[in-house]
Amino acid sequence: MVKMGIIIDKDACTGCENCVSACNFGGVVMVDEVAQITENCNLCGACVKECPVGCIKIEKEDVETVKIDKSQYRGVWVIGEHVKGVIRGITYQLLGKGRELADALDVSLIAVVLGNEFQEELEELGYNGADEIILVKSPVLQEYNSELYVNITTELIGKHKPEIVLIGATPIGRDFAPRVSKRLDAGLTADCTGLEIEEGSRNLLQTRPTFGGNIMAIIKTPDSRPQMATVRANTFKPMSKRAIDVKLTKVDYDIDQGVLATKKVKTIKKERSHVNIEEASVIVSGGRGVGCEENFKLIEELANALNGEVGGSRMACDLNWIDPSCQVGQTGKTVAPQLYMACGISGAIQHKVGMQNSDFVIAINKNPDAPIFDACNVGVVGNLEKIIPALIKEIKSLKSEG
Amino acid sequence: MKIIVCIKQVPGITEVKIDPKTRTLIREGIPSILNPMDKNAVELALSFKDEHGAEVIALSMGPPQARDVLIEAMAMGADGGYLLTDKQFAGADTLATSYTLSCGIKKILDGASEYLVICGGQAIDGDTAQVGPELAEELGIPSITNVQKATLRDGKIITERALEDNEINVLETGLPALITVLRETNKPRFATLQGIQDAFEKKEVVSLALNDLQIDKSKIGLTGSRTQVWKVFVPEKKKESVILTGPVDEVVKKLGRILKEKGLI
Repeated sequence: MVKMGIIIDKDACTGCENCVSACNFGGVVMVDEVAQITENCNLCGACVKECPVGCIKIEKEDVETVKIDKSQYRGVWVIGEHVKGVIRGITYQLLGKGRELADALDVSLIAVVLGNEFQEELEELGYNGADEIILVKSPVLQEYNSELYVNITTELIGKHKPEIVLIGATPIGRDFAPRVSKRLDAGLTADCTGLEIEEGSRNLLQTRPTFGGNIMAIIKTPDSRPQMATVRANTFKPMSKRAIDVKLTKVDYDIDQGVLATKKVKTIKKERSHVNIEEASVIVSGGRGVGCEENFKLIEELANALNGEVGGSRMACDLNWIDPSCQVGQTGKTVAPQLYMACGISGAIQHKVGMQNSDFVIAINKNPDAPIFDACNVGVVGNLEKIIPALIKEIKSLKSEG
Repeated sequence: MKIIVCIKQVPGITEVKIDPKTRTLIREGIPSILNPMDKNAVELALSFKDEHGAEVIALSMGPPQARDVLIEAMAMGADGGYLLTDKQFAGADTLATSYTLSCGIKKILDGASEYLVICGGQAIDGDTAQVGPELAEELGIPSITNVQKATLRDGKIITERALEDNEINVLETGLPALITVLRETNKPRFATLQGIQDAFEKKEVVSLALNDLQIDKSKIGLTGSRTQVWKVFVPEKKKESVILTGPVDEVVKKLGRILKEKGLI
């Protein structure tokens, strides 16, 4: 079938096949030495640029659109995240990257925080990169509230017009950022793993995994502002701290809880309490290769021996061997511990994108061809039922040696 | 009450492999499927229908072949399907997609004011999790994302969602509303033989093109997209690995030494 929106001038096509190799999606094929678009095409436009005779065009009807004066927008913002007054690591990671972007653009980096009482001094945000802090303070904001976050951040962004807004791709950030972007009619790119400023323009080049991490895409928001992006935990590193007098601006916001459409009925505490694996420095993860729930205890014992936390692949979570909050990967968490041990995890790309920023990776798998061996520093091919108990014993004896 | 379930046809990418020579996706034989979390959305809608009675409508935007996932939803039990398909819709980012879907929903509602929209938490090809909340914003209705459990009572929807590992918030909102659901929300039912037969014989997929909708052309497709894909590439393999082999006790000694050197013991 002919794909909508993209047209090939069949008479002009020279059959050079540049477009075929430019396409990562199998969206162009040669039929009788003439390029033809297949149903795999997702209109990314890669082929358009590669065609030496300009015979591929994306069909775009001219429609009146409102042009935005981009020069009105200046500055980089990070929307801080906290849990009941404890600033999350993602905030410092975003400030680290935000500092680089602000320096490249020669503008200020502003941290925006919605909250009430905080465990640490808010000046910490300044030591970690922010030039200025905007605090919207209210007892109501001690806990996250979807509607209030959308209303307040939209108003602040609309008033101050930053050119870039960075938000954590956490359950909280993913909840409010899309509504803010819609209300502002601003482009939003999810789960960015790379952010940089394009030379010669002030555009933010936003790299993100797509197709489960099989493909990376670089996204631009060329014609509108602000450019909004979310970033998963442990993607960027905080900068080294600096001494600075940071400007703190408090904003009063009139909060009328009566108009909120969604009410919190109650909070249920979960019995099982463990450290959030996003913050862990050692993680031992198990996958389907662990074999059974009984064997999964080995993973826990090894984690204990290393003073670490337990993680799991999607399969291990689906089999109820481990709580879904401990899932590492595309649909779970992104982790970057000092040590990540993958036991009986084959290493599908969806898992790799969740752990590839780890400092050191050890993989144990009985299949020598498992893709996890491409994503580890040290690999062990063998039976984990034998290796893990022996390793626990070895760790214990090394520990006692001191 | 109408329950509208937004669904997407995606490539079954867990089976995708990269050609090591050309470094491109091998797409041959990769089936197109109904996005997994959208199945949970259909299931939740059908369970509400079973309990309270409702008309469940599946809605999708995409090329003509996306009709297949609407038929699948109808075979599971949805009462009807709508496909928004027009070459002008193509190339849409999440802002343009959510706008287009909102126009489809307004058409389906035909003035009805009590309704519920259910979306899957995220799609396995794009993974943005943005279309749901953006659609709610466009419709001007409340949204609750990452819902693990939901019940309908007295015209309200009561949901459980976790923002933290050790805490679940119970949130309540009136209708109309939009919620997004996760894999753990429920176990999607299988289509029965009768269901499949009904989907083909008694139900229909209504195709709606640009001219069938009240729509602002500047807000759809590539034109309505604020974000643009500039470049795509296959990520490079990062790590050089050392593979340890040999008897268990030797391997374990080596691992112990490495862990000690790294200061991890």
